[in-house]
Amino acid sequence: MTDTAYNFAYLDEETKRMIRRAILKGIAIPGYQVPFASREMPMPYGWGTGGVQVTAACLTPGDRLKVIDQGADDTTNAVSIRKFFERTAGVATTERTAEATVIQTRHRIPETPLTGDQILVYQVPIPEPLRFLEPRETETRKMHELEEYGLMHVKLYEDIARHGHISTAYAYPVRVEGRYVMDPSPIPKFDNPKLSGNPAIQLFGAGREQRIYALPPFTEAVSLDFEDHPFEASKPDHPCDLCGAEGSYLDEVITDDRGGRMFVCSDTDFCAERRAAGHAGRLAAPYEETAA
Amino acid sequence: MDMVALEGGFADTPREAAVAFRACLSALARPGRIETVAGAAPPAPVSPAAGAVLLTLVDGSTPVHLAGAHDVPEVRDWITFHTGAPLVGAADAVFALGAWDALQPLDRFARGLPDYPDRSATLIVEMPALTSEGARLTGPGIETEAFLSLPEVAAFRANRAQFPQGLDFFLAAGDRLAGLPRTTRVEDV
Repeated sequence: MTDTAYNFAYLDEETKRMIRRAILKGIAIPGYQVPFASREMPMPYGWGTGGVQVTAACLTPGDRLKVIDQGADDTTNAVSIRKFFERTAGVATTERTAEATVIQTRHRIPETPLTGDQILVYQVPIPEPLRFLEPRETETRKMHELEEYGLMHVKLYEDIARHGHISTAYAYPVRVEGRYVMDPSPIPKFDNPKLSGNPAIQLFGAGREQRIYALPPFTEAVSLDFEDHPFEASKPDHPCDLCGAEGSYLDEVITDDRGGRMFVCSDTDFCAERRAAGHAGRLAAPYEETAA
Repeated sequence: MDMVALEGGFADTPREAAVAFRACLSALARPGRIETVAGAAPPAPVSPAAGAVLLTLVDGSTPVHLAGAHDVPEVRDWITFHTGAPLVGAADAVFALGAWDALQPLDRFARGLPDYPDRSATLIVEMPALTSEGARLTGPGIETEAFLSLPEVAAFRANRAQFPQGLDFFLAAGDRLAGLPRTTRVEDV
């Protein structure tokens, strides 16, 4: 039931209009960070205040909301944001990617391909891809204006000089439609190819940093790389130990203090649906406990 | 003030504005797609779709310019009562409403700054009709190509050439709404 003490989707209408205008400008200028007057939310910065505000501005009574944190529907952050909108907007919720119309995510893109009827809302901690290279906002703004992105390539080059390969593994920068360099939020670089040409609307909200940006459907987002060091969407070279999936992004779980470990899908819905369909991995139930 | 100005707003603003915004978002994110927007009943010559866009996006912080036949007392009163938006000249407008001819010349409107391209006007163009045939559209939001009955092609091409600066458009006819962001490449068929 909706808690009638709150306006629909928590935020007041004036705030929602302001956020909605920022979202539309973000859609019109893909990859450009639109400043917005981020509000205090009833949760601390770092818990998805930007994503929550974007979701609140997008939700309609008929929506079905899914919230994931690192791919999982059942972690504290995901559960509390889902409950927040159940209570303040009265919307239906789901854990199944295919059933959701709005998906708020922290640091993953679902494995199940998105459709044109869906909106993916990212929680973003640091929206400025150049921030760790140039701390001054006045300078990074000028760099975006002049398309001066050489510094980012120097950073990736230094990775190669030091480690022999581009060691940036998450929040891997992309160039949007040949113009703005954009931080895709700390998703693993395994997810980067899904940013480009996606039929869903992708919206990015950074609450503390007060920025909203967007990728309209079917927008090109190219991961930065070099001809002799092409971008690689890497993941642990292992199938999922529960569902046996070969192509999904995996979490490594330490299972004992003798080096035991297992790899499981980070996308809990994807893994559960595969197991329900009869797929089984190395350690799938019936759980074969090795007597040791 | 005429009593007519007090009517024609959303009956349940939070929910109706949310649905109308999703139509605006979908229209602008997928140029060429025509959405249906209901809920607003503005005075003539404002279309219900344009009225819904105004009720959803405009408030006291967004100056509005009314062009040509739309700059009449009934419309001014309606917008003032329902949104509180200041009514201004073209140069200061964040939103502008009018028929295509009345909105010309487009270089009167703010097209954003090189470092803040978002500080640009959004134009709501009242169209006699809106169909999925006419100019060919490509670009972000469009998988292969889309078609839309645009009033002309040259103005949108000039607008696209200024990217990342530029104007963004909503096109309204009756309760039908389409969007055309500055990123869309427009060609004559």
